[in-house]
Amino acid sequence: MSVNQQAHTGLPYGQPQPGYQGYQQSGYGGQQMPAVHHSQYGAYNGPMPGYQQPAPPPGYFPSLGFPSKGSPVCLNSDTPILAPNFIGALRAPPPSGAPPPTSGAPVPAGQPVYSQFGQGDVQNGIGASAVQMQRPSASQPFIPGTAPTPVSQPATFQQYGPPPTSAQQLTNHMAGMQIGTSSSAPPPAGLGYGSSTSVPSASGSFTATGSGHYTPYSSSQGPPPVNVSHGLPPTSLSPNLSLGQPAFSGPPMSAQHPPQASGFVSPPCSTGIGPSSYPSTTGAPRPSTMQGSPLPGHALTGLPTSQPNHVSSPPPHPAMSGPPPGPPVLGLQGPPPPTHPSPSGYQMQQNGSFGQVRGPQPNYGGSYPGTPNYGSQPAPPPPPKRLDPDSIPSPIQVIEDDRNNRGSEPFITGVRGQVPPLVTTNFLVKDQGNASPRYIRCTSYNIPCTSDMAKQSQVPLAAVIKPLATLPTDETPPYLVDHGEPGPIRCNRCKAYMCPFMQFIEGGRRFQCCFCSCVTEVPPHYFQHLDHTGRRVDFYDRPELSLGSYEFLATASYCKNNKFPNPPAFIFMIDVSYNAVKSGLVRLICEELKSLLDYLPREGSIEESAIRVGFVTYNKVLHFYNVKSSLAQPQMMVVSDVADMFVPLLDGFLVNVNESRTVIVSLLDQIPEMFADTRETETVFAPVIQAGMEALKAAECAGKLFIFHTSLPIAEAPGKLKNRDDRKLINTDKEKTLFQPQTSFYSNLAKDCVAQGCCVDLFLFPNQYLDVATLGVVPYQTGGSIYKYAYFQLETDQERFLNDLRRDVQKEVGFDAVMRVRTSTGIRATDFFGAFYMSNTTDVELAGLDCDKTITVEFKHDDKLSEDSGALLQCALLYTSCAGQRRLRIHNLSLNCCTQLADLYRNCETDTLINYLAKFAYRGVLNNPVKTVRDTLINQCAQILACYRKNCASPSSAGQLILPECMKLLPVYLNCVLKSDVLQPGADVTTDDRAYIRQLVSSMDVAETNVFFYPRLLPLSKVDIDSDTLPAAIRNSEERLSKGDLYLLENGLNIFVWVGVNVQQSLIQNLFGVSSFSSISSTLSTLPVLENSFSKRVRSIIDMFQSQRSRYMKLIIVKQEDKLEMLFKHFLVEDKSMSGGASYVDFLCHMHKEIRQLLS
Amino acid sequence: MATYLEFIQQNEERDGVRFSWNVWPSSRLEATRMVVPLACLLTPLKERLDLPPVQYEPVLCSRPTCKAVLNPLCQVDYRAKLWACNFCFQRNQFPPAYAGISEVNQPAELMPQFSTIEYIVQRGSPTPLIFLYVVDTCLEEEDLQALKESLQMSLSLLPPDALVGLITFGRMVQVHELSCEGISKSYVFRGTKDLTAKQIQDMLGLTRQDLCKHRNNHLFLAVCNSCRFLQPVHKIDMNLTDLLGELQRDPWPVTQGKRPLRSTGVALSIAVGLLEGTFPNTGARVMLFTGGPPTQGPGMVVGDELKTPIRSWHDIEKDNARFMKKATKHYEVLANRTAANGHCIDIYACALDQTGLLEMKCCANLTGGHMVMGDSFNTSLFKQTFQRVFSKDFNGQFRMAFGATLEVKTSRELKISGAIGPCVSLNAKGPCVSESELGIGGTCQWKICSLDPSSTLAIYFEVVNQHNAPIPQGGRGAVQFVSQYQHSSTQRRIRVTTIARNWADAQSQLQHIEAAFDQEAAAVLMARLGVYRAESEEGPDVLRWLDRQLIRLCQKFGQYNKDDPNSFRLSDSFSLYPQFMFHLRRSPFLQVFNNSPDESSYYRHHFARQDLTQSLIMIQPILYSYSFSGPPEPVLLDSSSILADRILLMDTFFQIVIYLGETIAQWQKAGYQDMPEYENFRHLLQAPLDDAQEILQTRFPMPRYINTEHGSSQARFLLSKVNPSQTHNNLYAWGQESGSPILTDDVSLQVFMDHLKKLAVSSAS
Repeated sequence: MSVNQQAHTGLPYGQPQPGYQGYQQSGYGGQQMPAVHHSQYGAYNGPMPGYQQPAPPPGYFPSLGFPSKGSPVCLNSDTPILAPNFIGALRAPPPSGAPPPTSGAPVPAGQPVYSQFGQGDVQNGIGASAVQMQRPSASQPFIPGTAPTPVSQPATFQQYGPPPTSAQQLTNHMAGMQIGTSSSAPPPAGLGYGSSTSVPSASGSFTATGSGHYTPYSSSQGPPPVNVSHGLPPTSLSPNLSLGQPAFSGPPMSAQHPPQASGFVSPPCSTGIGPSSYPSTTGAPRPSTMQGSPLPGHALTGLPTSQPNHVSSPPPHPAMSGPPPGPPVLGLQGPPPPTHPSPSGYQMQQNGSFGQVRGPQPNYGGSYPGTPNYGSQPAPPPPPKRLDPDSIPSPIQVIEDDRNNRGSEPFITGVRGQVPPLVTTNFLVKDQGNASPRYIRCTSYNIPCTSDMAKQSQVPLAAVIKPLATLPTDETPPYLVDHGEPGPIRCNRCKAYMCPFMQFIEGGRRFQCCFCSCVTEVPPHYFQHLDHTGRRVDFYDRPELSLGSYEFLATASYCKNNKFPNPPAFIFMIDVSYNAVKSGLVRLICEELKSLLDYLPREGSIEESAIRVGFVTYNKVLHFYNVKSSLAQPQMMVVSDVADMFVPLLDGFLVNVNESRTVIVSLLDQIPEMFADTRETETVFAPVIQAGMEALKAAECAGKLFIFHTSLPIAEAPGKLKNRDDRKLINTDKEKTLFQPQTSFYSNLAKDCVAQGCCVDLFLFPNQYLDVATLGVVPYQTGGSIYKYAYFQLETDQERFLNDLRRDVQKEVGFDAVMRVRTSTGIRATDFFGAFYMSNTTDVELAGLDCDKTITVEFKHDDKLSEDSGALLQCALLYTSCAGQRRLRIHNLSLNCCTQLADLYRNCETDTLINYLAKFAYRGVLNNPVKTVRDTLINQCAQILACYRKNCASPSSAGQLILPECMKLLPVYLNCVLKSDVLQPGADVTTDDRAYIRQLVSSMDVAETNVFFYPRLLPLSKVDIDSDTLPAAIRNSEERLSKGDLYLLENGLNIFVWVGVNVQQSLIQNLFGVSSFSSISSTLSTLPVLENSFSKRVRSIIDMFQSQRSRYMKLIIVKQEDKLEMLFKHFLVEDKSMSGGASYVDFLCHMHKEIRQLLS
Repeated sequence: MATYLEFIQQNEERDGVRFSWNVWPSSRLEATRMVVPLACLLTPLKERLDLPPVQYEPVLCSRPTCKAVLNPLCQVDYRAKLWACNFCFQRNQFPPAYAGISEVNQPAELMPQFSTIEYIVQRGSPTPLIFLYVVDTCLEEEDLQALKESLQMSLSLLPPDALVGLITFGRMVQVHELSCEGISKSYVFRGTKDLTAKQIQDMLGLTRQDLCKHRNNHLFLAVCNSCRFLQPVHKIDMNLTDLLGELQRDPWPVTQGKRPLRSTGVALSIAVGLLEGTFPNTGARVMLFTGGPPTQGPGMVVGDELKTPIRSWHDIEKDNARFMKKATKHYEVLANRTAANGHCIDIYACALDQTGLLEMKCCANLTGGHMVMGDSFNTSLFKQTFQRVFSKDFNGQFRMAFGATLEVKTSRELKISGAIGPCVSLNAKGPCVSESELGIGGTCQWKICSLDPSSTLAIYFEVVNQHNAPIPQGGRGAVQFVSQYQHSSTQRRIRVTTIARNWADAQSQLQHIEAAFDQEAAAVLMARLGVYRAESEEGPDVLRWLDRQLIRLCQKFGQYNKDDPNSFRLSDSFSLYPQFMFHLRRSPFLQVFNNSPDESSYYRHHFARQDLTQSLIMIQPILYSYSFSGPPEPVLLDSSSILADRILLMDTFFQIVIYLGETIAQWQKAGYQDMPEYENFRHLLQAPLDDAQEILQTRFPMPRYINTEHGSSQARFLLSKVNPSQTHNNLYAWGQESGSPILTDDVSLQVFMDHLKKLAVSSAS
């Protein structure tokens, strides 16, 4: 794995070359070795059965082996396994190896090499073989020809892995899958835009090969698939694409990737894994395919060529296959040309992975995760149908490519249906009529015209909307438009707001609604003449005519009771029970509030915040405080009647900070003193919310409650809870009850809160179970946030809490909001995900909505759309600003419509899709057993991919896994979702954690889900101290970690600094200020401030990360082989997880199998 | 022997007791024929300058059912050191301490002049007095300010170790914590929800531990500390003064057309609950200051819509007062709880409109609390009345006592029918309890939660001796009143009064009995019965009953020829009685016309607790005349007394009216009093003012002081009281030279008497 990543990030070219070489070598080796392979296979088979389960990866490896099958593969594989990690080293060898590939000779050489290289070699070898193999496989005809191919496949299976059959199959599938993806990548490149079709084909081929043959291979083939997974897209693609791909693929790979990233993203490529068949038939050929897999080659120019190649290649392959040389040649070719190198690099990686895979297989348990992937990559190559290997299903690569290709130019929103850059890419947005992707992102920017198509594809049509998103400082915030007394101009029928898509007709006297086509008179005060293009001459003067996002000033009729709202209020409600006082929390909060109150959000240029504040403390009774400015001392009012909550005072509870400052300060000084000796341990909760809500009601304003709470509310009061935590329920049908609130009381309360515009932010400091699922209901439904600090300790958690609190208090927020999404006739918003309340089916009601809250909206067809007019979305958010101004924020987005599924697949965005799927699944656990939810997810994704395979990819072996370019990361990411704590909890994950995460994810935006599910892992030793650029991330696998390095991992909630045991002492000294590894304290919550450039740089990186996330992340120092490492490993999401989550490779196999089942 | 008048007066001064009959008819049958029951007015704490309390425990009769206290009427055998109980005739040994007893060395309780004696006993630990202010904040700014000042002032009047607490209420009820520094702290309750005592104590954090401490260790100080709401004055008077100073009007907005929401019911309930949980059976006053009717929650008297007026007698008669019954019930429950705990509730209601005294009256009535009604807290009426609550006697002690129980013991010929006054029954059955009840009966013990030196109970007896068991000549009946109470100095004291009266055979010695009739006492006792009945019966029924009693009395004791009204005569000892009855019939105690339900309750409250003199004034106001023709003189309460050249001073107990005759008023307007040559006129004008001041100084509650003149609207206070001997109906018959006609259809005393005579002599009845 790591090898691949490194290759990618690292630049590949150099490395790739080695890779190539390696591949070739391996391939060669493989070819030569076949016999060996077999033997190995046999061995594999044995393991296979075992594999299947954990084993998918193992399976893969085998696949890797396949390529090599022929011979060395196996051997190679074994060694390779390790190799992957060594990549560097391996590569080095590969270089040497490279030559070999070029010359068929490598094979023999390869073997030795292998041994030398260990895994690396193997990989290479495998890769090569795989490529060859693939090619044949890719072209089914070939397969048969060369090897038993299709038919033979089963046979092969039997042969190879009869025992492992099923398992093997799986693995094979997996491999295929991967390959498919890789293939997908290529298409982008190759397909470029035009050749999307080719891509599919490519993919198709892969899958075919992969699936059919693989199974048999699996044992042996297993490896290929593995390869596929990693480099899948590219590799597989390449194979798929061109029969002759090998050559192409090789080189293209590297080249392709970049290109893909840039332009191709859309074109989905599929990579098929044919290798399986290869292996079975002839080990040698397969290897060659493997090389083909190098899809990388595809990417670039490869496409066309590759495709043709594919076509033609198949035949060759057979021949080729027979003689590994074919592939090798390709491989060789690859290496030589600079472009090749890169691809080769991939391949290398893939190969490497294969190698690893193999290694793993043998080694099995251990190394799997990473390796399998590698293996898969190689696999793709085998199915070397036509293709341009472009993409590799490495998230890191995809991200890097997108960053490189799209980060430099501004994203101009003028064009309909444009797919924006990835969320991980820094880019500038220029609003020219469509809302910035910072506000809205869609799963697809090309919507099927009919519901049949949509159903067929199973691609969810969803938009992730973040209406109050914060823009970077160099982008202009939405303009505020005041249409005066009559209010905003709207369509008479559907009430859509004036937007750039409204069509003015009859000389500007009327306009036709772009949503419902109703014609509406232009009010006289708004009339303007049209120019010769039919555009109003004031087009550029009016934001609502020229921009995608803008705001209207609302009139009284948009307000409750037709009265303009009062400025909102913040009420701080502090738990002062024993735990809170003893931990120092109360004092901390009070101290912080003193200064924090100066930073209440305020509108634009206004000097003083209009927000009023109030204070409440509570344990099992509530204490309200009168802090009226005229008082010399604050007054405390205790309400013990919690059964029937009310607000004991009117005047003086909510005050202007500046006017009452002395009283407030005095109060905050006294609160910790007053409760210093408290012995009250019981708390109430619902009455606290009720009190806040009643207070707002009495003051006739909206607002936000900040509740600082420590324990399960067991005191006698409404909303009293009991401890119902029961881990025995996990994995039973009753598991869902853990996510459901204990009582409906809180839902009703939430409803009341929403009606009052009372948003609740909850800060939890539990020392034990406190039922987040229930306590969170109100915050969740009122658009609030929950922050949880388990086992809060002043020293370690103070900074995180304070930063969260500061951010939470200061961030931009709207109150008493209603959001409505209008769409063109033909589709309709049908489902909504996020933190809000809905009393009907169309209006999203939010007591509060801050700049981090995201709402995911799903659309369904209720009619046909037309390609001409496209589809429009208008999201209108009516809210009260922090100054009490009632406003409407409008976001418009135009999408394309398509009649070809391929267009849909070419314009998807996987990150957004994952965002939707995660939210969908996380909501599903409320009502369904977790297993059902997981199965549903897998099934849907399988259907999506199967549909692609069936309808968009060019025909190819069923054994090939072909993934659309845009979705080539879907399996990785989906696997991460499936493995997440909510859907598959580990032993150390508490019920509260799961509930917390569940709610948290529900309002995350795309960037957050992206990093949450696939954490960012940076090698710190590669940090360039002198520049601002970050080192390339590496893939989340333990394989990639070096004992001699430091790593930084962040997922939006936590930041880990992982310290390898062999890290240079100077680094430790520089970063931690201690002299040795063993003296590093793992309880640090911040890095010490040291005056050296390394420390500064690392801290600045951490600071930068912190500033990018809506929550302050907890910093955890993890020393290798320390007990905390278990926690850390949990985030290495490509690996098999402790809780039983599949590794990437395994999962890919599984997906492949699913898809094949769907296809058959 | 002196005259009966002297005897009566002497007895009253010594014992605080006035009997309707001072010679008792010796048989049950005869007693019932006397019409006016054998009864007495007892003023348990009558101030006795000459009565030094003794510092030991009383000696009790050893018979468990008797336990009478050794008294001067007991037969003592000095040799044997025995004494015979004069109630049950049990012979008792003197306790060892009395070893030295002899004819010449008698303990005080055996001396005849100590028929009333007070013991100071050392039982339990002294408990501080407790004053819990319950303050309405739904007041006008001025009123609130005045009230705050009064309250602050009162702090200086309290004994330093007294515990004080503060509850304020409006829409919400706040119980203020007084012990805290820096930040003022209060517990707030919703005004619409009734809470049980337990809930209140839980919510106030008065945990069981605290109570246990209190009960087990009798460590009141510990309790004081644990009870943050009641603190010694000396510790927190600065705090409390500030707190009161910062007291704001109820902040909740009152929209036009609405009454402020006032949670009096809950506030009282919390006050009662608080004391119940902390200091049961300890002298405590809950002092409720309210400026309007309760408008929400339990005990609400009227809704908050101003367009719905508060109930009137008319509504009540029509059964149209929808909140009355529920509210009354609420306050009755509270009052009974309070009484059971030995606490009392004062009500200070100052508002122009009614404040719900009708519903709340039982709180004061049953617990012996004060009830004060005024127009505003910013009047001297309230301020001085309130100040007078804390007045001190000649010993520098507060004129208040708490938690008293009154036990009455009678000799065998008598039984106790009941009592009327600010008390509740303790349901103590005994051999001397009669089966026929008058007032609060069925018991020989009552609890009087708060007493002052003028608190007076009417106690009714029944003669049970049968006609065929004559009492030997010279036999005497005896009654012993034993009051145990907590003195304001926090001592426990026992005051014992033992009286005896002669028996007489009504057939043979009717003249003795007649001569010993105390018509003043009888009038008041009958009036109390009448008022007591009026609380539960229709007004006309009560009047009819009173009339019938009066007629029967006249029939019994009048001298007349049958069917000859002109021959009707009453002896001196009965001569005033009909007149009292005439005025009583017209009094606000029985007549509700022209009075609001609150006023009626207020008047009746005071009537049921004042001593005889004050009660008589209430029944028949006193009228003094000031003129150049002579020194001030009392004149008939008659319209004929209203002359142009007189200044009249009328004292109705509740009002002091100074009325300038027409001429005098003109002179005054002309300013003669300012001219040196008319200094005598100035003196004349000044005289009634001075006299009025004198009355005002001593009266509790402060009367309404009305200075008016002929023809002014305020003159109605006078005109409504005087006997309407001249009305528009008979104006010409009486000529114009004297008096002032009253525009009324009420009958005059003359007409009343004529009818009475007619009926009394009528053989038909």
